[in-house]
Amino acid sequence: MANETLQVPTMADMMARGETPEILFWVGCSGSFDDRAKKITRAIVRILNHVGMKFAVLGTEESCTGDPAKRAGNEFLFQMQAMTNISVLNGYDVKKIVTGCPHCFNTLKNEYPELGGKYEVIHHTQLVQELIDSGKLKVEGGEFKGKKITYHDPCYLGRANDVYEAPREVIKKLDVALAEMKRSRQNGLCCGAGGAQMFKEAEKGNKEVNVERTEDALETNPDVIAVGCPFCMTMMTDGVKHFNKEQQIKVMDVAEMIAQANDL
Amino acid sequence: MQYIDNILFALLLIGGGALFAVNVRKIRRNILLGKEVDRSDRKSERWQTMLRVAFGQSKMMARPFAAFLHLFVYVGFVIINIEVVEIVLDGITGAHRILSFTGGLYTFLIASFEILAFLVLAGCVVFLLRRNVANIGRFRSPELKGFPSSDANMILVIEILLMSAFLMMNAADFRLQQINYDHYTVISENAFPISSILAGFYGNASPESLVLAERFTWWFHIIGIMAFLNYLPYSKHFHIILAFPNTFFSNLNAKGKFTNLESVSNEVKAMMDPSFTPPATEGPQRFGAKDVTDLNWKQLLDAYTCTECGRCTSSCPANITGKKLSPRKIMMDTRDRLDEVGKVVDANGGKWVDDGKSLLGDFITPEEVWACTSCNACVQECPVNIDPLGIIVDLRRYLVMEQSAAPNELNMMMTNMENNGAPWQFSPSDRLNWANEN
Repeated sequence: MANETLQVPTMADMMARGETPEILFWVGCSGSFDDRAKKITRAIVRILNHVGMKFAVLGTEESCTGDPAKRAGNEFLFQMQAMTNISVLNGYDVKKIVTGCPHCFNTLKNEYPELGGKYEVIHHTQLVQELIDSGKLKVEGGEFKGKKITYHDPCYLGRANDVYEAPREVIKKLDVALAEMKRSRQNGLCCGAGGAQMFKEAEKGNKEVNVERTEDALETNPDVIAVGCPFCMTMMTDGVKHFNKEQQIKVMDVAEMIAQANDL
Repeated sequence: MQYIDNILFALLLIGGGALFAVNVRKIRRNILLGKEVDRSDRKSERWQTMLRVAFGQSKMMARPFAAFLHLFVYVGFVIINIEVVEIVLDGITGAHRILSFTGGLYTFLIASFEILAFLVLAGCVVFLLRRNVANIGRFRSPELKGFPSSDANMILVIEILLMSAFLMMNAADFRLQQINYDHYTVISENAFPISSILAGFYGNASPESLVLAERFTWWFHIIGIMAFLNYLPYSKHFHIILAFPNTFFSNLNAKGKFTNLESVSNEVKAMMDPSFTPPATEGPQRFGAKDVTDLNWKQLLDAYTCTECGRCTSSCPANITGKKLSPRKIMMDTRDRLDEVGKVVDANGGKWVDDGKSLLGDFITPEEVWACTSCNACVQECPVNIDPLGIIVDLRRYLVMEQSAAPNELNMMMTNMENNGAPWQFSPSDRLNWANEN
């Protein structure tokens, strides 16, 4: 997949051409700047390009949703970010948004409406499921066929918004053996990054949360730990490294698995 | 003098009821010290939530063994209280088993009460063992040291005593019926499936001793109930009442949705649009919560509803990994502080006078508050829909917006966000670079 050319139109491009995208892809800060998460972003775009979906990104006009500021207690900064973003989004008359990050997803979906930003917001695993269900995306298991996969629920997709099935349904389409961790769905254990913990050292304790969670994952003896959140990606990847298992066990976003299995 | 029993009984009933009413009003007053929050919408959804979660115990089932035992105690407690109706009527009128004229129905009811009483008793014994013998983490947390742990044991012992009194009363009554003694109306033997076995305990006691035992257990039972009723407002056991309103007033939004502070919205709007005039507000507003009176009334109701089961704490990622944060302690601290605030208000003729203490600092430390990952596991776990996360976030808001006391790394993150629209130090102009990388 070297030297691939991704088609990534921005809203500004589209507007200049007088076009309207079906959906806005909200990339998020991790997906834009974090080297590992950028691969997830590109996988999502490959899927969108493959099915020929008319989408756009905000590009340099995108700014943090304000989620980590809000969870950290800085309501001012959150609302400044939110209102700035809302004026951009409303300026482009955005109706539907897909996010690559459950934190962006939650904030845009639940916290923006009261501030004037009302959009239909879905997570990328939900979009992939829609594409598969509507027959637009044909999926084969490829290299994952028969492999053992365990899926880690992101708190802001699962408990926060009750999205448990979409990512699982998508993973199952890869013809894999999906193994549940002892704590999953409503009882899933956090990776340790939420609530702005991603940006600080943990308080004093006897263990890191991501190590505790990686133990759950390792108990299922997986080939791949599937995630749906760039923060979980960081935490679980570090956790796997902590146990020196990075040679045997991959941590992958659901979108990456779909893209990779189908040579997108 | 033949009415002395009836008079004593009536006094007990009125006195106990009045004392309970006074204490409940005090708790209601304390809860209403909280800030306004609208939970009057979506009525039918609220009734359904209450029926499902409180009445139907749906969230208890996440831990089936405890749920099963709790169901015995819950159903037993609710249904056996029907028997209290008869006790009250007997007490006032001086009759004995005034409802026994209902015949077969009466036999069925008393028999059901006996079986339930036995199940309650057995449930409470297992609960005592779980708390004091079995090594269950959530019953060994530091926040349970002292009163909370004796409170729990006290409740279980009282319930065991009440159920024993009820069964031993029936046992004595059963023996007296067998010998057709005095006014002890003969009821079908089928009414006493448990007490007929326990009756053997009385051996060859004389009828007089049996009457004494029957009277003693009768009075013990009803005095015990009135005492228990008045213990409730001081105890975690108050959940038997508050679970219902607390689930009714549940947060019905997605758990991930945090409140948007309106006072902040007004300031931000005014900043971004000079023509916007913020609505007038009464006095200076505090951002976030420093003390219990900065929380809303539902958060305070949550605190009084908490029965300290610790499911929240046992599912909290911070707590599991040895951090100081315990969502249960957040709720217990909130209640303890609110009780304290209530006492200050009482001591000053209904007015709040600053006592120099606050929830944040004197009860909950910033270290606990900053250990939260906002994962909502505690909220998910709570069998009565308590929301410890909301309190944690309000405390963070105070720390950050009023005191600028965020951990340094978070200040850096927020500075980055202000300057370049991302929590890391990247230039906004590089935001789309990923599209051209491999």
